[in-house]
Formats: sequence, C-alpha cells, structure tokens
Amino acid sequence: MVTDTPVRATPARTPPPGWTALRNAWRSLTSMRTALVLLFLLALAAMPGALLPQRSLNQRLVDQYFTDYPTLAPLLDRVGAFDVFAAPWFAAIYLLLMTSLIGCVLPRTFDDARALRARPVATPRNLARLPHHGGGTVDAGLDDAAARVRGRLRGWRVAEREEGAGRTLSAEKGYSREVGNLVFHLSLVGLLIGFAAGKLFGYEGQVIVPAGGGEFCNTGILGYDSFRAGTLVDGTDLAPFCVRVDDFTATYLPTGQPDRYDAALGYQTGADLDAGRADEWRSFPLSVNNPLRTDGARVYLLGNGYAPIFTVTFPNGDVRTGDVQWRPVDQATLLSEGATKFEPPGVTDDEQRRTGQLAVTGLLAPTTSGGDVVTSVFPDLRDPEVAIDVLRGDLGLDDGRGQSIFEVDAAQVESGELVRVARENLVPGQSVTLDDGTEIRFDGVRRWVNLQISHDPGQVWVLVFAVTMLAGLAASLGVRRRRFWARLTPSDQPGRTVVELGGLARTDRAGYGEEFDRLRADLLEPDVVKDP
Amino acid sequence: MLAQYSDLLFMAAVGVYVLAMVLHAAEFAVARSAKPVLVGAGGPDTVERPARGERYARMAVSLTVLGAALHTASIVARGIAAQRWPLGNMYEFTSAICLAAVVGWLVMLRRSPVTRAVGPFVLLPVVVLLFLAGTVLYAQAAPVVPALQSYWLVIHVTTITISSGLLLVPGVASVLFLVRGAGWLTDRLPSSDVLDRLAYRVTIIAFPLFTFAVIAGAIWAEAAWGRFWGWDPKETVAFVSWVIYAAYLHARATAGWRATRAAWINVAGFATVLFNLFFINMVVAGLHSYAGLG
Ligand code: HEM
Repeated sequence: MVTDTPVRATPARTPPPGWTALRNAWRSLTSMRTALVLLFLLALAAMPGALLPQRSLNQRLVDQYFTDYPTLAPLLDRVGAFDVFAAPWFAAIYLLLMTSLIGCVLPRTFDDARALRARPVATPRNLARLPHHGGGTVDAGLDDAAARVRGRLRGWRVAEREEGAGRTLSAEKGYSREVGNLVFHLSLVGLLIGFAAGKLFGYEGQVIVPAGGGEFCNTGILGYDSFRAGTLVDGTDLAPFCVRVDDFTATYLPTGQPDRYDAALGYQTGADLDAGRADEWRSFPLSVNNPLRTDGARVYLLGNGYAPIFTVTFPNGDVRTGDVQWRPVDQATLLSEGATKFEPPGVTDDEQRRTGQLAVTGLLAPTTSGGDVVTSVFPDLRDPEVAIDVLRGDLGLDDGRGQSIFEVDAAQVESGELVRVARENLVPGQSVTLDDGTEIRFDGVRRWVNLQISHDPGQVWVLVFAVTMLAGLAASLGVRRRRFWARLTPSDQPGRTVVELGGLARTDRAGYGEEFDRLRADLLEPDVVKDP
Repeated sequence: MLAQYSDLLFMAAVGVYVLAMVLHAAEFAVARSAKPVLVGAGGPDTVERPARGERYARMAVSLTVLGAALHTASIVARGIAAQRWPLGNMYEFTSAICLAAVVGWLVMLRRSPVTRAVGPFVLLPVVVLLFLAGTVLYAQAAPVVPALQSYWLVIHVTTITISSGLLLVPGVASVLFLVRGAGWLTDRLPSSDVLDRLAYRVTIIAFPLFTFAVIAGAIWAEAAWGRFWGWDPKETVAFVSWVIYAAYLHARATAGWRATRAAWINVAGFATVLFNLFFINMVVAGLHSYAGLG
C-alpha cells in the first residue's frame, strides 16, 4: 500500500469535472488511510458475529435470543446481525477493501519494477548526514579498496561511479520485501476468491447411518437428513460414491470422557461403480481427525448415538422390527430419547389403520442407573435400559405435514387421537404386552453414526493462497529494504584510501543499525578485514 | 505424582516472578530517592543509576530467568504426567502463554538492554494471568477428547500460544508508550522511540507466527470439524485480531498514524487476543470449547 501517492504527469487539457471527481474518489479509495479505516470497519463488523448467535452456526440459539429479547432481536435481525457473514454490508466492506488493496498495490508494483531496473541511486554528497555513517582510512589503494567494498557487498545490487579522482559505490538490497508485499496482498485476493468459489459451488450434507452394515450413496439430495448447498449447486450431479458403516466403536476413559471414536468404513468410488464393481468394497478407518477423501468429497465422522431395537408381535401373529435412531439428550452420558413408530400390518382400511398405529417413545440409557427412574450413568453401551411409553392411535403421518423422527406429534396426543396404553422400563429381552395382546419386546441396541459429506472445490486454492500469503508476509516483514554508500578518495599518503560510508533503511526504523555496524567494521577495521 | 511436582514448580515460578517484580520496584524506589543527584538529559538509559538500584535490577532479571526455568519445568512435568502435549485446557494454555511472554521478553532484553525498565510491566500481567490460571482455570492433568488427538494440536495450539504470549510484550510496550506520552513515568521508562521499536520488533515476529497458527487451525478444522473455516466465535475473534494487527502494521507505514495511533491499535489487538482467550472460552459456547472448565 502506498504511503505517498506518486504524482503523475497532469493531463494538458482540463478533464471534465465528473472525471476529476471519479479520479479523486479512486485516489482516496486506494489511499492508505482508507485502507486503515476499512480494516477497522472489517474488524468491527465481524465482532457481532462472535457475540451474537448466528443462524449459520446454531438456529436454536438465535430463536432463544428472540425469546429473551423480543424487542431488540427483530431490530438486530433487520440489519442482518444474526447472519453477519452473509450480510451485504459485511460483503461491501471486504469488497471495498479488496478494491482498495488492488488499486493500492498494483501501481506500486509497476513503480517497483521500474526501480528494479534502475541503477542504485547516486551517492549523496554528505554521507555524515545519514542516520548510519562512518569513515576512516584504509591501507589499500583505490582499486583494492573498491574491490574490497564490492566483495563485502555480495548479494547487494551495486553501482560504481567515478567521482573526481575517487570513486563511489551505491548499493541497495531487500527488493524481495516489495515482492513479498505484493505476493501477500494478491494472495489475499486469491484467498477470498477461493473462499467465495467454495461457497458457490460447494455443498455439505449430513446423514445418519446405522453401524453394522448401513449404507449411504451420494446420489441425490433426498438421501440426506440435512443438506446445505452453494447457490450454484442444484444437487443433480453429486459425485456418486457409496459408503457402508461396517462397525463403530467408541472407547471411553473411566470418567466417561470419550477417548476414541472409530468407524470401520467400506466405500465404493464413482469409478468403481461405473466399472460395475458394485460388490467390492474398499475399506477405510474413519475417525475423528481422519476423514475419508474420495471423488472430490470428504466424509466425516461427526457424531454417534444409539437406536433401540423393538420387535412388535401383533395379535394376528405378524412381526415387525423397528430400529430407528434415537437422539442423545445428554452428551456426557448419551441418555437418548426418540420415538419408534409402527404401522399395524396387513390393514387396508384407512380408518382402522389410523387407530392402530403404535409409537414407542421414551428414554434410552446405554448404562442404566437401575431403579424406577431410568437415567444413564455412562456413555458406553454396558447395561442398557429403556423407559418407554407405548402410544396407540393416529400418529398423524398422513396429514402431509413433515414429522420429526424423534418424537410423536404432540397435537395428536392433545386431541386424544393418540393414547398412552403402556409405560414400562425394559432391559434387553424383556417385553410388555398391551391390552389387545400386542407384545413389544426390547431386543437390544444398535449404534449409529452421523456422517457429514462435504464438497468444496475452492478449499485447495484457499490453502495455496494461504501459504503464499504467509510466505509473502514473512518476506515483507522480515526483509529490510536498505541502501549503502561508500565514497573512496585517494589519501594524501600514497597507497591509502579515505573511505566514507553511509546507510539508510528505506522501510522502517527498526534494525538496520546492527547490520550497518558490521559492514562498517568489516570495511574499516583492518584486522577484521580478511584479504580477498 | 509428577502432576503434583508440576503444580509445585508452577507455584514456585509464580513466587519467583513476584519476587522479581518486588526487586524491580525496589530499584524504582532507590532510583527515585536518588534522583536529585543524577544528571543526564537523554532519558533513563543514560542516567547513572546508583549501584544499589543497579544491583536490584540485575537480580530482578536473574530471578526472571530462574522463574522462566521453573515455569518451563512445570509445563514439561505436566506433559509427562498427562502423557500428552501439555496444551489441552485453559490452565495449561494460559500458563504456556505466560511462559512465551516471559521468554520473548528476556530475548528482547538481551538484544536491547535499554528496555530493562519495561520488565516489571511485563511481569505484572504475567503474574495476574498465572494467578487466574492457577485458581479459576485450574484443571487436573487428564487426557483430551478425540477431536484434540491430532498432531495438529501440537502445531496449531503451540504456535497460537507462542504468538499470543509474544504479543503480550508489544501490548505492554504500547501501553507504556501511551503512558509515557501522557506524561507519566517519563523519568523511569525507556524513551518513546525505544518502546515503539520494542513493540514493532516483537509484533513483526509474532504476527506471521499468529498467521501461521490460524492457517494451521484451519487445516486442522478441515480434518476435524468438516470445514476449514466456519466463523465459529473463536475463529471470528482470531480473524478480528488478525485484521487489527494488520491495521497496526499498515498504520506504521501511514503518515500521521505512526506513533500514538499505532500504539493504540496494538493495544486493541492484544485486547482482542485476551478477549478470545477468556471471554470466548468461558462465556460463548463454540466448537473451541475444550477449556476444561466443565
Ligand atoms: C479456522 C480454524 C481455527 C482458527 C482460526 C483457530 C484460532 C484459534 C485461536 C485464535 C486460538 C487462541 C485463542 C485464544 O487466545 O484463546 C485457538 C486456540 C485453540 N484452538 Fe483453534 N483455531 C482453529 C481451529 C482449531 C481446531 C480445528 C481445533 C481442534 C480441533 C482447535 C483447537 C484449539 C485449542 C485446543 C486451542 C487452545 C485451547 C483453548 O482455547 O482453550 N482450533 N484457536
């Protein structure tokens, strides 16, 4: 970014007033001061994103905020305070900043490229006036002294000039600082573009898969439990690969703190499927820090839980088994709740069907506390027990409204169309029999895992630009741009040369002194000078 | 057993730091009472201190070195006791930040002895933070949850820790710059120029390191959480800190912003780092809630 705008040749004709205004606006947009203000704005604008609940992270907390602050929340919502990072004003700030940055850095690059071709500037008349300077007389002729200086300035860009009977050497070093600066700022732009591309073309979906053989194929949005996609993704051409969860194990410390989660995964790539190898599975050990990467997508192990298995034997002898997942309500003990729903078998009459549906709801403790009130004391599956209510009646599945798989429709219970017909605590193998002879047996528990499948075509570019940004940053902060001059004049005594030295750091005030002192010592103190 | 040694060493380190501060204060007092006899216009670094004050100051620095050694030993013992990298909860994290600050400060002091009078002001926040760490934040040495079992923990959290700790030094130097600018302690503190340079020099080391740490965090997040960046509160405040330090560096190159305003920005930057460490860990829930404060 430029500190002082270089003055360009003014056009001979007076430009139209609109043009002047435009040019002034551009100038002030690309000035350092504006960049600073925009940086502050960006920092300030991001803060609500950390302090207020955000929809993109947790809709529930946002709803809670609306309940807690009923007057304030809608106002905040109107300015996008719950979607800060998608808000137009946030985008406006960083887009302006990027524009300012480009307008600032590019012209400067051209100037630098020019400077790179130019010879280092002529030696100032009075070196003693520079912030770093020194002088003395050395035991060497003019040519030797000059050679010595040149030898010491290896790695510098040096220009040698005749001056009267003597000679001057001007040297400059640290051009990579400007290169680094340029790389840094342009990388930022690249990073932003990569980020944006990921948001536009990427997707992210979650799906619960039962362990012990459950399969999921990435063929369409409908297979997912939840799906979030970029604006330019319509879900019609997802990379078609399949995964199968062969096994899942969780290990816990005695305190109940989780130690490891491991899922043994089988998978088939899109190429496998195309080649018709549909019955061969590659295996992959999926764990928390080890996602599966295939077909441009990543598969993550995000969570896990339990699904109780209930077998219902209907009075007519028909048997149905349900093992739908229940959801953890307490992450520490994995106490879970849910609703396993059954349709009466072989019933064609709608009316009859609607009064005979069953739901088994309640709590599942993977390691039960025992006693009448079932709670869980440990997250692992050691000693499971369920505390269930059996409801019979109309589950309300047919009324077209979507229904949570974890609970029954409370409205159906309130209206009396769904009635509790039993309440029991069961351990595996135990069963409860309803008044009509229906028997419900708790058979055991199956584990499930929550997988996330993500696709982000921009992220590799973000990484590339993050790395170049860091390299550029290191160069632009670590390298000092500095100048060094030597004026050599023949001394009155033959065979000796008067040496005057001067140095100037061009970029910041910190830390050219020591290097200059070493240069001075090497060039002026004869015993330190090693003869070339 | 080793965990207890770690705790003892921790307390010893805090004690030694406190003692170093006391000696620094004694040096101040001696120099103050001796002031009328002193000559010199160029600021305290050119003022001849009476031998006693000088002795106190040297002892203070030696004690700081001793404190840092004990402190290091405490962290190492903790790692051995828990059999993992000792940066797994807020107690360990805060302790390590303080160590990074002290060591960073000692290295700067070696390179530029005129900054010695800054010493007690570095130790003061360090002692306060360590006190908080040892009391409010204290957590038993224990293994960490699955998401933290990755070599990225070592890379990301270590670099975040070192850079946060280092940033304490410019934060303090900038506060002192402002204090001095307001006309206080002008006879005791190094010149504004020295303070400004101290702040700048440490910032240009800590900032790229912080940048690296955030990138490493993003790489880890991509493997652990399913996305490299998601505006989790901790990520967001890290972004804010990053932008503020970027503004600091830009201010240093802008006419009219170089000195006082740059110092304010640096202080603001460090304030957000502290904010991220305490407020975001303890008040705002997010994916980074590994603080062990249960
Ligand atoms: C976008 C990615 C990330 C960013 C920008 C980020 C940023 C940060 C920052 C700024 C801190 C220090 C804040 C402070 O002063 O307290 C921090 C600490 C920490 N980060 Fe990250 N991080 C990221 C990803 C991760 C990931 C993926 C993990 C682990 C799964 C992780 C684990 C930690 C831990 C354990 C600490 C220190 C302990 C604590 O704060 O209690 N970070 N991170």
